Amino acid sequence: MDTLLEPLQYAFFQKGLLVAGLSGALLGLIGVYIVLRGMSYIGHGLSHSIFGGFAAAQLFAANFYMLGAGLWGIASALAITSVTKRSRLGADAAIGVITTASFALGVALFAKFGSSGPSFENALFGSILGISAQQILGLVAVSVLTAAFVFLRYRALLFSTFDPEVAAVSGVNVSRIEAMLMIVLSLAILATLTVIGVTLVAAMLVIPAVIARMLTDSFGRMLGYSTAIGLACGLIGMYLSYYAGVPSGTMIVLVGASLFVIVLAFTGGRGLRRSADLDAHTDASALAPVAR
Amino acid sequence: MTGIGVGPELISLDGVVAGYTHHPVLTDVTFHVHEDQFTGIVGPSGAGKTTLLRLLLGTLAPMAGTITKDPALRMAYVPQLETVSWNFPVTVRECVLMSRRARNQLPWASRAEKASVGDVLERLGIGDLADRHIRELSGGQQQRMFLARALLRQPQIMLLDEPTSGVDVSTRHDVLHLLADLHEEGVAIVLTTHDLNGMAAHLPHLVCVNERIVASGSPADVMTPDVLEQTFGARMEVVEHLGMRIVVDEGPHRSAMRETG
Repeated sequence: MDTLLEPLQYAFFQKGLLVAGLSGALLGLIGVYIVLRGMSYIGHGLSHSIFGGFAAAQLFAANFYMLGAGLWGIASALAITSVTKRSRLGADAAIGVITTASFALGVALFAKFGSSGPSFENALFGSILGISAQQILGLVAVSVLTAAFVFLRYRALLFSTFDPEVAAVSGVNVSRIEAMLMIVLSLAILATLTVIGVTLVAAMLVIPAVIARMLTDSFGRMLGYSTAIGLACGLIGMYLSYYAGVPSGTMIVLVGASLFVIVLAFTGGRGLRRSADLDAHTDASALAPVAR
Repeated sequence: MTGIGVGPELISLDGVVAGYTHHPVLTDVTFHVHEDQFTGIVGPSGAGKTTLLRLLLGTLAPMAGTITKDPALRMAYVPQLETVSWNFPVTVRECVLMSRRARNQLPWASRAEKASVGDVLERLGIGDLADRHIRELSGGQQQRMFLARALLRQPQIMLLDEPTSGVDVSTRHDVLHLLADLHEEGVAIVLTTHDLNGMAAHLPHLVCVNERIVASGSPADVMTPDVLEQTFGARMEVVEHLGMRIVVDEGPHRSAMRETG
């Protein structure tokens, strides 16, 4: 019990626990749609792309770098959606070029000009220590926005994830829903970037959702389980990070990976069968109508 | 109802050219769907059947020509079974509920919506499967579930892409009877099929497609060796059996024998 209570006497840890739990839950919730749409690689690319905006925005608008990085992230998300749908170059290749170029730009800017906000290492691997009250408010706002989006657009999100073509015929504005999802995703990545770290955000978008899929065949329950698993990973990872003295993002992801192995061992073949199609890419050929 | 379409027009395609990434698949298509129509679109793979369906649905914009339809037209679409992941985490009931009216976006269906889903599942004979995961259904049951999802929209026109592909004979008969009943109730039906004897021969109106509309009319009008050769690029024999046209594929061996005399 003392092990659990001892770190709570520090204000930074209380703040960190709140932020890590919320970040895990937020990424777990939005990750369900990313995983079921086969967009895991987009989440990975987007987090790297946002890193470039994060570095650039600090140079040009030091006081508003989160806003600048947010706009960069939204622009990247919409560009990725557009490229995925329209590019005649392979979608993976096109996204790889856009996002890694943005990431490289971020590294170059950090190396040349340094940072007025989080350090290079903290941005890459996450750290709770440097998080400001403004960033906590931003995380809470993005979490509320994401939950409201999922709740109020439940049918359209579910239908367009399962069967976008029939959804479009049935009155769902699929393009608008996809654009909104990408905007919410980029805001979620931005809000959790300094907690989990840019290199590890993509893992937390995928791991809770995959574990949840292994546990249930119901979409509603998958949303709940994934959010709860993300929350648990955040809280447990934060404690382990405190005791092990390693960055919070690293521990949060390691807890998620360990949970994955445990659930895999318990669910066995049934869990594998349930999660069998989750690696299907939503590439250009899948999104654009090609059948004749 | 005759099924050949003489009532008010629901969708009109005039001089339409359509395709993908600047490559036309269909050229100069003029095709009108009427309120009382029951049409099968037939043609070989790659002929443009699904493209024509997508033009009617409005999910593909034409490269040239005009498409006219009432924006308030209630359409329902039944895609091919392989277009979705059957491992997606939804039950039959959840899947059918996806097509409920757009004004209710919340996670929970209303009592009336649940009752409608129950009725439509019973009508299709899969009422007892409502809580099953969709992966556990047979091909025929999956097709019925898609039909249930389409029916929940109470459509004026239903478009189906190869509705009897991959299903057994019994399900094919059931699907044909259901579509005939819906047509009697006033729903216009347009479907694609490559099954000439099992499906097309039973429909009141056919459109033969091969990158353009080759012919249009009743099976007696279009299921002729000449039209079928123009459509499929292969010679076929047509015989009459109990007043129905039956197509016999001559096969390469017999064609070669005929050509050599």
